[in-house]
This record gives sequence, structure tokens and C-alpha cells, in this order.
Amino acid sequence: MFNYTIRRTLLAIPTLFFISLVLFLLLDLAPGDPTAQLPLTIPPEVREKIRLALGLGEPFHIRFLLWLEQFFINEPLHLLTELTGVDFSGDRQRVISWQSRSPVMDIVVQRLPQTLWVVGMSYVIGTIIALPIGIISAYRQYSWFDQIGTFVSMVGFSIPTFFTGVLLIVIFSVHLGWFPSIYDTTHVVTDWSSLIVQIKQMIMPTMVLALYNAAQISRFMRASMLDNLNQDYVRTARAKGLRENVVLLVHVLRNSMIPVVTVIAIGVPTVFGGAIITEQVFKVNGLGQLLITAIQANDIPMVQTLTFIFAVLIVLFNLLADILYGILDPRIRYE
Amino acid sequence: MAEDISPVLSVKDLKVVFSTRKGEVHAVNTINFDLNSGELLGVVGESGSGKSVTMMSLLGLLPSPPARINGGTVSFEGKDLLKVNPKEIRKIRGGEIGFIFQDPMTSLNPVFSVGFQIMEPLKKHMGLTGRKAQDRALELLDLVGIPDPKKRFKDYPHQFSGGMRQRVMIAIALACDPKLLIADEPTTALDVTIQAQILELVRDLRKKLGMAIIWITHDLGVIAGIATRVIVMYAGQIVEQANVEELFANPQHPYTKALIGTIPAVRGERAKRLNSIRGQAPTTLREPHFCSFHPRCDFAFDKCTSINPQLIEQRKNHLVACHLFEDKGVTVG
Ligand SMILES: Nc1ncnc2c1ncn2[C@@H]1O[C@H](COP(=O)(O)OP(=O)(O)OP(=O)(O)O)[C@@H](O)[C@H]1O
Ligand SMILES: [Mg+2]
Repeated sequence: MFNYTIRRTLLAIPTLFFISLVLFLLLDLAPGDPTAQLPLTIPPEVREKIRLALGLGEPFHIRFLLWLEQFFINEPLHLLTELTGVDFSGDRQRVISWQSRSPVMDIVVQRLPQTLWVVGMSYVIGTIIALPIGIISAYRQYSWFDQIGTFVSMVGFSIPTFFTGVLLIVIFSVHLGWFPSIYDTTHVVTDWSSLIVQIKQMIMPTMVLALYNAAQISRFMRASMLDNLNQDYVRTARAKGLRENVVLLVHVLRNSMIPVVTVIAIGVPTVFGGAIITEQVFKVNGLGQLLITAIQANDIPMVQTLTFIFAVLIVLFNLLADILYGILDPRIRYE
Repeated sequence: MAEDISPVLSVKDLKVVFSTRKGEVHAVNTINFDLNSGELLGVVGESGSGKSVTMMSLLGLLPSPPARINGGTVSFEGKDLLKVNPKEIRKIRGGEIGFIFQDPMTSLNPVFSVGFQIMEPLKKHMGLTGRKAQDRALELLDLVGIPDPKKRFKDYPHQFSGGMRQRVMIAIALACDPKLLIADEPTTALDVTIQAQILELVRDLRKKLGMAIIWITHDLGVIAGIATRVIVMYAGQIVEQANVEELFANPQHPYTKALIGTIPAVRGERAKRLNSIRGQAPTTLREPHFCSFHPRCDFAFDKCTSINPQLIEQRKNHLVACHLFEDKGVTVG
């Protein structure tokens, strides 16, 4: 198991290297000019100089190698400097956003909390809601509970989040006035009343994403439970005289969780992707919104960094899913 | 008949139906039998004759839907198992009645260690915990002949062969010294020597604990070796019931005769599956108003196609359901 984890982690390195190369190539091929948004009064010669200053005059492989150095050597060294206070990084060049001229990672770190709060919370809530619903739906298959659950989850994953988001805004912000339609990032929680404001502004974006996640996970949980409820070992457990909730929550659940846990783990990075739209709708200025504005402004270093971070998350959570699988299922032994 | 010993288990008019897309399958049709303590009742019949369904229905272990118990009583220690509340039936399951299931490959939970699965009934019914439960579990593993129980205790089912899993199943069923053991083809996955060991073990336990046993098998050779009484099932019904010597010496029902005719000459060779009898076992979509065996019977006559024969006492303690014997004295060549 330990060896397997090490090997998989090492294998992830060439994978990520390849992904970063492809991303760099794609962004290089994309049309667009980083100086396009500068005032028109700037003469063409100056524009050209700006481009050269951004490093765009260099051939492709040099730019890629520079980016690699900046991202994989300079940035970690800088982080180390920040954490320890000892100067490791010297005057090494960090990855700089073309838009704001400040280091990309600093902006990412600023935006991360918003995304984590809304997206992370919605995933946790979605999972917590989904698991019991899936379990009960399977145990009481075709009951009214199951029927309603089926209907709601159909709705949940067939209606896109930008629609449910706007719908909620219309109902709860415009008509009822219960919750704000815009997420105020500058709001700071200091006491009870400001906490309540924070919760209020989080409810709608969180719920939109939670509904979407819960719909998928609960369906998956239900299917997995149904698979296992028909197994012979369930009958053996009953024949031992075990109570029904022990049969269900110890014997069946433990088996059913194996595929579900992997699905939940693999789903984490895709949730960040899905959040891009929801963040737009509720004006949460998290990572999703950062990516959108960076794309619009041709801020290649920012786009490259963000997409690469998503790629890292995907690889990481796939690895995590595999490891969890091995832990949960004694039949799997990674040699 | 010894009237003073009341039977451990008494099944009366048991009927089980399955709702399927094709209609109601009458898998068990009016089954009656008694079982005394210390007795080993062998149950034979070809695949699909309803042996497993009958036994599982006794403890309410059939999935419902599709299964439905369509009447009858199952008396065990003065209680009707079909009527007792869920809490009481749970006390009986695994405690007073142990059950060994047919398929050892899938009957154990793959994600729990064998030790854990054996200790479950011990905790539940005998209140054993920790060290004590573990000691008893090791004792059971040793009893069923698992070599080096201490080492195998923490292993998972996939690390055991089919035969060893079967023995683990037996250990689980025997865990709480049940008064009644129901064994559904417990030795089919085992090779001959181990099969012999298990049979020896069961014979021992029966003597020591006075346990009553129901033993389902395809292997008439096994039945001849260990059973005291035998039930022959066909299409969800009992067609013949007698003491073991009587049954083998004097089989009455044409189906039983055909069965006994299929015992291979060499003992120890795995008994041929019973469906080497001409024709196929029927599926019972209606409650039959005819003898289910008549399409395959060499002696069938007009009555067999219109009336379902009742199980009647033909000789002393020898019951047969066949029209050929309703007028006493008729014998089949
Ligand atoms: N879940 C079910 N749905 C519909 N019919 C069923 C179901 N389970 C069993 N049956 C029917 O009940 C009948 C009896 O099955 P049972 O398993 O008791 O046979 P058996 O005598 O134990 O056979 P074998 O020797 O192969 O184990 C079969 O004809 C089968 O079609
Ligand atoms: Mg069977």
C-alpha cells in the first residue's frame, strides 16, 4: 500500500508535467493580445516593447522553461520564505499576472477562502444530505420517500446551476427579500449579527451547489446500496439475528461506501469547475470568477496557473480515490 | 409413535409464493413435517424443488417482495415463527436456530474479517465480548477444522478457499449451540475427505448437544450415511417421507425410485445431479390440481392429470403422495 502510494505519486509528476505543457501550448495558440486592453493612445512601438518586456519575444520553449522555473522553483521557495522568515528566494522572479502586475499566487491565496467557503461547504452539505437519502431510498425502494427522492434528484441534476441560482435570486432576494443576491466578500465576521449576515449571504450559492451535488451522490449511493442489499451476505447477517439497522448500517453500508467514496473524492475537483458559473451568478469573487476575468483579459500567466491548479487537484483526488478504495476494500491489494 | 416427545419443529401447511412478471410462482406448496430433537432430517429433491425456499421461509429470510408466505404455521418451542414479532425472531435466528447457506463463496461479507463475522452472533446471543468472544471464535474455527485459527482469525473471506469458507459458515451457524441446525447443501463445495470430516463433526455434535438437524443435499449417499429420516421434495411438495433404512429399502414414489436409481455405483464419486431423470422439473405457476410429476412418470394414469395426490401414511411412518398407492396393496414393478 505504502509503496503503491509512493509509486503513484511519482507517476503523477510526468503526468502533471505533460498537462502543463499542453496547457501552455493551448494558451499560446489562443488568439488575443495582452496589450489589447491598454489605452489606444499607446503607440505601436511602445506596445511592442511592453510585449517584449512580458517575455513574449522569446521562443516557445524558452518561455515554457521560464514558466516551469518560476512555478516549480521560485514560487515554492517564496512560500518557504513566507513561512519561515528566512530568505530562500532572493530576487527570483515569481509568476506575475499581466493584469494586475502582482504575483499570481498572492491573488489566488486572496480568492481561495471565498471559494472554499461556498464551494467546499456546499460539497460537504451535499454529501451529508445525499448519503442518508440514498440509503433510505434504497432500503425503501419504490416507497413514496424513494419516489420523491428520485424526482428531486432528477430535477437537481438536470437543471443547470445558473438556472437554479437565478431562480433562487428571483424568489428569495427579489420577491421575499430574505437573502442578499450578491455575495459581499469584504464582509468580516466579528460577532453574532455579522455571522448571521455571513450565513445569509452564503445560503443561496451554497444551496444551489449542494442540491446539484446531493442529487448525483444520492443517486449513486442508492444504486450502490441496492446492489448490495441483494447479496447473499446480507441474508447471512440476518440469519445471525442481527438487528435490521446493524445489517444495513454495518454490513451493507460498508460495502456500498466503497464505490461511493471514490465518486465523492473524484468529484471534488469537478466541483471547483462547476462553481465557476455559480460564482458568476452570485458575484462571489472566488477562484472561478478570477479565472473568467483572467480569460477575458488575456492574462495568460493567471489562466495557466489556475488551470494547472485544477489539473493538480484532479490528479491528486484521483490518487486519493484509489488509495481510499484500497483502504476500504480488503480484496484490493496494491503491490 | 412416541407421543410423549413433542417435536422441536413442526411445520404445517406451509405455502410460499413468489410474485414474478410471469405471475405467481408457487415455490412451496402445502409442506408438512415434524422434527424431533436429536433427529437428522435429510431433504432431497432436484434443483428448483423448493428445498432452500422452504427452509428460509421458516426463519423469514426470504426477500419480500417477491416472496410471500401464503399460510401455514411453523411451531418452534411453542411459538409460531411466522407470527412472532421481529425482536423474537431475531433471538431465534443465529441463537436457537443456526443456518448454513448454500453458497459459501458469496455468503460471507467480503469487507469484514472472518473473526469479526464469527463473533457477531456470540456478542448478540451469548453476550460474549472481547477476549471471551475471541476465544470462543477460535475454538469454533478449530472445531470446524480450520488449521492455525489464530493466524486465520484476522483474514478476510477472499483469503479462504471455497471449502474453508463453507467451514467458516458452519462455525457461524454452530456458534451459539443452536437447538436446530439447518444446513443447505453444506458440503457440496468440499472435497471428499473434508466432507467426511464435516459429517463426522455434525454426527458428534448431534450426539453431544442433542441438536436437531435438517440437512439439504443432492447427494443420496450422504443422506444414507447420516440421516435418520428423509423427505423427498418435488415441485414444492413432499412426495415421500420415511426413515432412512425404510426409504432406501422400500422406495414407493416413482420419483424416489428414479432418484435412488441415479446413485452412482462408486461411493465417494460426487453424486450425479438429480436431473438425470427424464424430462425437466416444472415451474409451478398455478397451484397444481394434478400430480406435478405425471409428465415424467412411467406409471401415470388419468387420475394423475386431474387430482393432486395427498401425502398419506402408506406403511408405518412412511408417507407417500401418489395415486398408485391410494388403494392399498398396489405395488409398482
Ligand atoms: N426470488 C425468486 N423469485 C421467483 N422465484 C423464485 C425466487 N427464489 C426461488 N424461486 C423459485 O422457487 C423454486 C424453488 O427454489 P429453491 O431455491 O428452493 O430450489 P432448491 O430446491 O433449493 O434448488 P437447488 O438444489 O438448486 O438449491 C424455484 O423453482 C425457483 O424458481
Ligand atoms: Mg437450494
